[in-house]
Amino acid sequence: MTTTAHDAVLGWEATVTAYEPVMGLEVHVELGTATKMFCGCPTTFGAQPNSQVCPVCLGLPGALPVVNEVAVESAIRIGLALNCEIAPWCRFARKNYFYPDMPKNFQTSQYDEPIAFNGHLDVDLEDGSAYRVEIERAHMEEDTGKSLHVGGATGRIHGATHSLVDYNRAGIPLIEIVTKPMTGAGERAPEIARAYVATLRDLLLGLGVSDVKMEQGSMRCDVNLSLMPRGSAEFGTRSETKNVNSLRSVERAVRFEMTRHAAILSAGGSVVQETRHWHEDTGMTTAGRVKSDAEDYRYFPEPDLVPLAPPAEVVAALRASLPEPPVARRKRLQDAWGYSDLELRDVVNAGLLDLIEQTVAAGASPAAARKWWSGEIARRANAEGTDVASYAGQLGVTPAHVAELEALVTSSRLNDSMARQAWEGVLDGEGSPTAVADARGLQLVADTGALAAAVEKVIAANPEVAEKIRDGKVQAVGALIGQVMKEMRGQADAAAARELILSLLGQA
Amino acid sequence: MSELSRDAVAHLAGLARIDLADAELDRMVGELAVILEAVATVQQAPIGDVPAMSHPLPLVNVTRPDVVRPCLPAEDALAGAPEAEEGRFSVPRILSDD
Ligand SMILES: [Zn+2]
Repeated sequence: MTTTAHDAVLGWEATVTAYEPVMGLEVHVELGTATKMFCGCPTTFGAQPNSQVCPVCLGLPGALPVVNEVAVESAIRIGLALNCEIAPWCRFARKNYFYPDMPKNFQTSQYDEPIAFNGHLDVDLEDGSAYRVEIERAHMEEDTGKSLHVGGATGRIHGATHSLVDYNRAGIPLIEIVTKPMTGAGERAPEIARAYVATLRDLLLGLGVSDVKMEQGSMRCDVNLSLMPRGSAEFGTRSETKNVNSLRSVERAVRFEMTRHAAILSAGGSVVQETRHWHEDTGMTTAGRVKSDAEDYRYFPEPDLVPLAPPAEVVAALRASLPEPPVARRKRLQDAWGYSDLELRDVVNAGLLDLIEQTVAAGASPAAARKWWSGEIARRANAEGTDVASYAGQLGVTPAHVAELEALVTSSRLNDSMARQAWEGVLDGEGSPTAVADARGLQLVADTGALAAAVEKVIAANPEVAEKIRDGKVQAVGALIGQVMKEMRGQADAAAARELILSLLGQA
Repeated sequence: MSELSRDAVAHLAGLARIDLADAELDRMVGELAVILEAVATVQQAPIGDVPAMSHPLPLVNVTRPDVVRPCLPAEDALAGAPEAEEGRFSVPRILSDD
């Protein structure tokens, strides 16, 4: 691998002071259909190589494709969720190219007649403001096969003697979502890129059309970027960074490309229009294929497929069945639950929204639901390298358990520290909160005589503190409650103890 | 429109990954021009206001349900491959040395 002089970068401040980025994002999403786009082969991830192929997706002579109706429906739903217009009539096209990842020597795609076009997606930024990303188009196509390169260094295509291809992925339905060029983002371009991909991922997840696992490649992002001097309105030459496959990488890749372009331009050079490869380890891009007239795909309408003309009533029904957009849902839940922005962001990032919603529905307060789901169970899930929802699923711990636990607190059977013990028992597989409390003998002493005796003993042992409270320094009560709890080996109801102490000292 | 340049033929050969020697290229320019001329006669067809079409049948929305159908066993899929390795199609080096 050669290192080119292009890899010099300009400082971030200097970059954003002198230049304005123009950014376009292309996101490929693998649909979660049971079968491929044009044949009935299954789409299971990780199957034995070339075990999910047939004459259609291998491009054998005479094989004829037929469109997957669920894939078309998903494409329309994605288009509608992105506020796009849906084409009343459109066709597939052949994108001709020679590369062994496509056995047909063309990819069936859509060219100038995408199924969805002219939409937008509003994304929330860290500072609470929103940015509207304009969507150019969302079109249907098929995924390619996977290649292993043999004989070169660490599986790289450079220096390989030959390549081995698995066509299980070839033909899996893909939706390519293309933004219009984003301008005016300035120094926020990296953040906007990340927020857009994150918002899009949530939206697709909510639609249930894809598992959108960036690490498994079911959602992939290409970043097109160019710079123009501040004050100019003329777009510069762009680079296209391929396969940026995590949210963090999207942000870093935009940032890196901005500083790389800026270094070239500020030294009086010209940016080469080329494909760049993103390297997760170094956080840099390296030069790939130079865009040239070799990129001449000779698109033409696919003769083996008839046009699609989604009836207006079908589109209307799909529109009516769209779920609430994630951004709107979060706003609604935040209002209903009274969470701060920070609290909401934490539970969203931890993927707790559904669990909390179900826990609140089961009767717990929003504050209690958040407390239990983001406490011990989150710590354990993190230690296991998984998320709370999957971890709870493995353990069989449900929102109903949390609501039951909280009910034990509000009904004064358990105090907070007992409830924590009961929760640990639930997480250790000892049963429901009530069963754990029973088995472990967790029970606030309901005997008011015992509580009164302990309170009197503690007051007698602390005449100075008692005097302070009599004089109105009510906050000193904490020290006495602590001692009462100790006296009763943690089995006292702290609220009841507080009430009793204050009334005995004339402060109730 | 039968004017076909040598450069255009070389470009098409490149797109089709066909390696043509100079002499072959010279010959192809003439032969392709004749073929194009012959095909161009369809332009004389009296089509009037017949709309352009990409498919001869007036059909739309031919789809299939999203139901798995049997695929080829891997060994059958690979049976026609000139070379296979580790259950995969073995293809020649993709990038040339540089
Ligand atoms: Zn197939």
